[in-house]
Amino acid sequence: MALLSFERKYRVRGGTLIGGDLFDFWVGPFYVGFFGVTAAFFIMLGTALIIWGAALGPTWNIWQISIAPPDLSYGLGLAPLAKGGLWQIITVCAIGAFGSWALREVEISRKLGIGLHVPAAFSVAIFAYVTLEVIRPLLMGAWGNGFPYGIMSHLDWVSNTGYAYLNFEYNPMHMVAVTLFFTTTLALALHGSLVLAAINPPAGETVKFAEHEDTFFRDFIGYSIGTLGIHRLGLFLALGAGFASATCILLSGPFWTQGWPSWWGWWLHLPIWQFGGH
Amino acid sequence: MKVTITLLALIGGMTAMVLGVLTLQPPTVRSVQRGYRGTGQQLEYSPAVIAAAFAANQAPSALPQNNAGPPAGTIYKNVQVLKNVPAGAFARIMVSMVQWVAPKQGCGYCHVAGNFASDAKYQKRVARRMLEMTIFVNADWQTHVKKVGVTCYTCHRGNNVPSRVWFEGVAPPHAGGLMATHSGEARPSAVADGSALPADPLTPFLLGHEPIRVTGTTALPAGNRHSIQQTQWTYALMMHYATALGVNCDFCHQTRAFADWSESTPQRVTAYYGLHMVRALNNDYLLPLTGTFPRAMLGPAGDVAKVDCATCHQGVFKPLYGAPMAGQFPYLRGPAALAQPDPKAAAAHGEDNPAMITMASAPAAGGTKPTASPAPTGAGAPGQ
Repeated sequence: MALLSFERKYRVRGGTLIGGDLFDFWVGPFYVGFFGVTAAFFIMLGTALIIWGAALGPTWNIWQISIAPPDLSYGLGLAPLAKGGLWQIITVCAIGAFGSWALREVEISRKLGIGLHVPAAFSVAIFAYVTLEVIRPLLMGAWGNGFPYGIMSHLDWVSNTGYAYLNFEYNPMHMVAVTLFFTTTLALALHGSLVLAAINPPAGETVKFAEHEDTFFRDFIGYSIGTLGIHRLGLFLALGAGFASATCILLSGPFWTQGWPSWWGWWLHLPIWQFGGH
Repeated sequence: MKVTITLLALIGGMTAMVLGVLTLQPPTVRSVQRGYRGTGQQLEYSPAVIAAAFAANQAPSALPQNNAGPPAGTIYKNVQVLKNVPAGAFARIMVSMVQWVAPKQGCGYCHVAGNFASDAKYQKRVARRMLEMTIFVNADWQTHVKKVGVTCYTCHRGNNVPSRVWFEGVAPPHAGGLMATHSGEARPSAVADGSALPADPLTPFLLGHEPIRVTGTTALPAGNRHSIQQTQWTYALMMHYATALGVNCDFCHQTRAFADWSESTPQRVTAYYGLHMVRALNNDYLLPLTGTFPRAMLGPAGDVAKVDCATCHQGVFKPLYGAPMAGQFPYLRGPAALAQPDPKAAAAHGEDNPAMITMASAPAAGGTKPTASPAPTGAGAPGQ
């Protein structure tokens, strides 16, 4: 692979978090690093355990393979491997792999001399995962509250867990999360169409630049957040969506056990309604 | 600008925190697994909710059994339903009915003082029909009430009229203006946990015989003409089921395939019979009493008080947590018991029969767990 112009700056030694020069080298275009090695370890162990779990299970159908957490009766203890213990070890491997990858991103950012936006953003996704598989089960007192590892089975878990609260769309943080997810896609659509339009002019016209883009949106909605600002906004919306969805499932169970519609009783019982003739 | 955004974020965050602390529960959840591990099928309760439900659903102490004496019909006048019951058991039922239904008013709530045989009071005529209804439930609806059965107390709980009955036309009229719909949506539906669903799903489903299922039976749409609106009516009824029993959808359903009986829990079968029982009670026992009640006892639309799931269940999965009701009153068990004025035969139905007690004794609040049913492991997941 040809050396890209910025790779000369990227491929400098140092900037590691741990281990000094240990593993501070590249394999082809890929930086290894200490955390690359730990990530590879956790990825291979975790994947092998998933395959083992699939071998124990009733099917090799890729859609139906499921590595389920222990029964609730095991509480926060360890379960036998075939009865949820595999799920517990795989969860440790997943967190190890995700965490290693985030720290590897930190090291690469340091080599590049850029900010830690990328690992910070990835950390929000890791936080959402850890919330589902560790924090919420801890608060509810059983590892069995985690979701299973399977393409269809994790969707079944989402369905049943949502219906455990009768109508999950009344979860206030779910509302916030959905709003942020949709707004993320709206912002991406606006931004993407603007960029594509600016750099793909009709025949005979020149490529447009930031001044033109700003002018378009000032005409269109009265405001342009700017070429840099749109990326900050996108990051905020996306991370806010991930954070709010982690919050909405954290509330469900540990902090609210009934139907989410009934949570809104506080709103329906505010003393403001008597003035409206209700 | 920066200060403003930071300030707004701080204020918003603090407001959310205060709201959360005021409206949410502390993290001490009690979970009951309802399916194979990892399916997420489980019930969840907070200790405060369990304690409140447990306190509100205690069975009353029963008077000691007394099956002595000749058949009541031979010594009292105008005994119609319980005429074959021994006089001792008859008196026990009558005194118990005072505790169950009219503890403040006493015998005089139904009976004319000095002439207990008189049918002058409407309350007595209603009570006679309600006795027949109780026996009907205990004898013919064991598919729903099992051997636990019901007594007057199961619904009445010491009130002249059970606290959880329903009338037509009580729900607020549907929203007006731009929010107008034809089914009462866009207002909190009390019967559907306060969600914006049809306000009265009870009339079409628990009085009428409208079909409830809206789900298609094929993976791809193939002729299923049910609308979103019909789905909302069904959803409202299901919300009533769930809140009336203090359970969630997972109590009966594997929600990936709501309609599939083979993936549902056994409780769904019980609920199915309960639906048909409630329809029968409303249509065959309560509606015909409309003319018996004085106008003041009827609803604003002039209809009689009717039963739904909450009338008996009152927020718990088994009324009174499955306390043996009919087991303590064998003569409310139905024609078989009524045809047996012999006290010895009757006792076999009652407290002396240990098998009966085992059947009827339910686990208490913390252990509100019907046994988890194993879910089919990966069977036919895709394409359902």
